[in-house]
Amino acid sequence: MARFLVRRLAGAVLLLVITSMVTFAIFFIVPRLAGQTVDQLAAQYVGKDPSQAEIEATKEKLGLDKPIIVQYGQFIKGIVAGREFSFGPDTEYCPPPCFGYSFKTQRPVWPDLVDRVPVTFSLAIGAAVIWLITGVSIGVLSALKKGTIFDRFAMVIALAGVSLPIFFTGLLSLALFRPTGVNYVPFTSDPLGWASNLLLPWITLAFLYAALYARLTRAGMLETMTEDYIRTARAKGLRERKVVTRHALRATLTPILTIFGLDIGLLLGGAVLTESTFSLPGIGRYAIDAINNQDLPQVLGVTMLAAFFVVVASLVVDLLYAVADPRVRL
Amino acid sequence: MGEPFLSVQDLRVQFQTDDGLVRSVDGLSFELRKQQTLGIVGESGSGKSVTSLAIMGLHKQARLSGQILLDGQDLISMAPDDIRRLRGKKMAMIFQDPLSSMHPFYTVGNQIIEAYQIHHAVSTKVARKHAIDMLGRVGIPRPEKRVDDYPHQFSGGMRQRAMIAMALSCDPELLIADEPTTALDVTVQAQILDLIRDLQRDFHTAVILITHDLGVVSEIADEILVMYAGRAVERASSDVLFTRPEHPYTWGLLGSLPRLDTEPTDRLLQIKGTPPSLINVPSGCPFHPRCPYAELNGERSYTSVPALKASESGHLVACHLPVETRHQLWETDIKPKLEGP
Repeated sequence: MARFLVRRLAGAVLLLVITSMVTFAIFFIVPRLAGQTVDQLAAQYVGKDPSQAEIEATKEKLGLDKPIIVQYGQFIKGIVAGREFSFGPDTEYCPPPCFGYSFKTQRPVWPDLVDRVPVTFSLAIGAAVIWLITGVSIGVLSALKKGTIFDRFAMVIALAGVSLPIFFTGLLSLALFRPTGVNYVPFTSDPLGWASNLLLPWITLAFLYAALYARLTRAGMLETMTEDYIRTARAKGLRERKVVTRHALRATLTPILTIFGLDIGLLLGGAVLTESTFSLPGIGRYAIDAINNQDLPQVLGVTMLAAFFVVVASLVVDLLYAVADPRVRL
Repeated sequence: MGEPFLSVQDLRVQFQTDDGLVRSVDGLSFELRKQQTLGIVGESGSGKSVTSLAIMGLHKQARLSGQILLDGQDLISMAPDDIRRLRGKKMAMIFQDPLSSMHPFYTVGNQIIEAYQIHHAVSTKVARKHAIDMLGRVGIPRPEKRVDDYPHQFSGGMRQRAMIAMALSCDPELLIADEPTTALDVTVQAQILDLIRDLQRDFHTAVILITHDLGVVSEIADEILVMYAGRAVERASSDVLFTRPEHPYTWGLLGSLPRLDTEPTDRLLQIKGTPPSLINVPSGCPFHPRCPYAELNGERSYTSVPALKASESGHLVACHLPVETRHQLWETDIKPKLEGP
């Protein structure tokens, strides 16, 4: 168990380092291969018709004049130990984890990113509760009533849920139920406003996942019901209701737990489409803006935060799986 | 010995499929008395397991007709929830693969406790004591420790013992063992068969042992029923069936048994061909396409179905061959080959 944790944590750190390297390489090396010069990159952050002197100053300020390997080293040092930035005469200390200053906004990346975490968390957790409950119950009922009208109807709806993109269902729901749009209100200041504003995004996001989970649960349940141990449970004289809840559901839900954990981890790193559709100031929106602005520190920050969530989620899933399935020993 | 405890009369089990009606069991009759052991033998698809699941009321999609009287109650016309109450309590079943037959996520003890509590309103503490007791009785060492193990922590033989403990936990009067030793090592097979025989004596249970292996039933069955294509082709006491079998299919099964006293180079006597499709069962005697003696009966082999008739007291055979011919063939043709030089 302890060995497992140490191994997994070391693996997580390694994964994050590789993620940062790849992001760095994509940002610097790929455009360079396509012919972009450092001057052109720096010129984007100066303003209209930049002079050569302004470009040089920007290059120095953002550290773009140094070799990529040095820039990467400084970036890592900033995350681990913090770093100092000099703006002409002033120096400013950026405490760890320092993902540097945004090229565009000239503000440190990390506090901005942290500000957006509650929005994405609220969206993801709320939607997850809805989709887990509805998706699994519909899947179980569909499997038990296989071939009936209910099953067919539920599976058609589920197919729609899987196929329709968020920007379609989201915009449709906005037009129908809330033409004025939604405004995120923090839970701490107004719980009711928080819930009422997030309700549509929750349902839109949950619709997609509930559809997926309904199909997964149905397939898993149908397979489990043919297992020998289900026959044994019936042969004992167990009531069918208990055969389903105690024996079949337990076995069906365990693999779904894995997918659920990973889905949540992915969403915490930014529900890009949902946040864009509903203009929610979450991590996903931040990522889109960072990419559009070609703002390396922002891109790096959001990528690593997203990777961090996925890594943590998969670790939690593995630990939970060992609890749920006694055959798994860590 | 009184009335039979289990009486199956003209049982038919049919499944509607896209390819047609599958006649898995087609007019099967037999009786079983208390504390007796009946061996049901046949190839895959002969209807052995379907019969046992029909007795347990575990067919959901099947059409059942005929009569299954368990202690005087007809199981075929009984309400599903009433049969459920009998399952585990009055009749219990163990299966071929003990690993897949136990829930992987619950401890062995947990599963036995559950079985006991379905039919007995007792505290978990009492049920647990009973589970430990049962595990001890089926020969699991240190049952008070092993009760908290999961099925995957047991060996194959131990798992089947645990399954038997679970099946017998409510002291059923009928135990159906569906190929209980097929998935086990040969050395473990004998132990499990001994265990079933010993427990049958202690618990006064009637046993139906389903197998494709005549060697297995020869050890513990009082009576043997040979099934082919959903029908009984021969039924006799164990002694009679092994000393003077009369049906050519039974001869084939006996010939397929490897023996230690024949030369290793000798070929086993095989039954040629494959078991018939249960959708298009051959006309007349279902065994006629594979029967080496079918021509002796002329047309009758493929025009009329032979009835199960007594050739001597307690020995029933479904064959068109005249009794004298069957005796003669066995003595001159089959027996010498089986016994070797």
